[in-house]
Amino acid sequence: MKATPQEEAALIQRILAGESELFHDLIRPYEKLVYVTILTIVRNEAEAEDGAQETMINAFRHLKTFRGDAKFSTWLVTIAMNEARKRLRRVKAASEEPLEELTEEKEGDFTPAVLTDWREIPLEALERKELRKRLREAVEMLPGKYRVVFVLRDIEGLNQEETRAVLGINVTLVKVRLHRARMMLQKHLVPYLKSEAPGRGGFFRRWFQ
Amino acid sequence: MKLDCKHVWEHISGYLDQQLDPALLEAVERHLETCEVCSAILDSTRNILVLTADDRTYELPVGYSERLHAKLKAVMATENQE
Repeated sequence: MKATPQEEAALIQRILAGESELFHDLIRPYEKLVYVTILTIVRNEAEAEDGAQETMINAFRHLKTFRGDAKFSTWLVTIAMNEARKRLRRVKAASEEPLEELTEEKEGDFTPAVLTDWREIPLEALERKELRKRLREAVEMLPGKYRVVFVLRDIEGLNQEETRAVLGINVTLVKVRLHRARMMLQKHLVPYLKSEAPGRGGFFRRWFQ
Repeated sequence: MKLDCKHVWEHISGYLDQQLDPALLEAVERHLETCEVCSAILDSTRNILVLTADDRTYELPVGYSERLHAKLKAVMATENQE
């Protein structure tokens, strides 16, 4: 269960005063947040797990530098992002496109996948491994600078201001990149999802045959 | 304000995040009421966001949490001795 900011602040005080073992409780709600943040950048599960461990160790060692003006979760995500970047540099040298350019070139308009017979994919469909894999792959194929914004905003649920602060880019860039990321995902996923939608001869028919 | 489809696409994110100013919002909504294509694009985008944000889409590796806390415990033990 997530602690309130006040409970968290009290916990941090006690850890800094010497009750180190309480750090386990402090980070428990954020284990997945840290892992997924790193995974979506390094795109390798073993690297993401190592990176998550390093992130938590770093957070423990530098806890006294945490100031209550940001949320603890945002602070953790910032450390996780740095850890992920470090790993990315090591694994891929310079082959990866940058995660945060400070400017946005004017690119052509995005044309979404156009359709008139869209049907919603029910959440139960996520029980299927194949669908989860498709979604993760679609996020992975986004160019780095769009992917980081999408992950922080739409997967981790950070708000615009927190995302801006973590990435060190301005709010307009956050908005533009989030929009482009979403449109790219729409274009990429809709043709696949359409064949999965109930009533269109997708997986429901296969299910009940 | 009258919008064509292309303009509406530019504002899909703003619409989903409820960041459009009132005049633009009204124009987008008016367009959506009559345009099947744009409504489908909006719905599909929203659906994709719900699916990717679902807790099940990303899973932690088996034993991840145990390994993480064991590692932390080891680090704390050495650092407390110093």
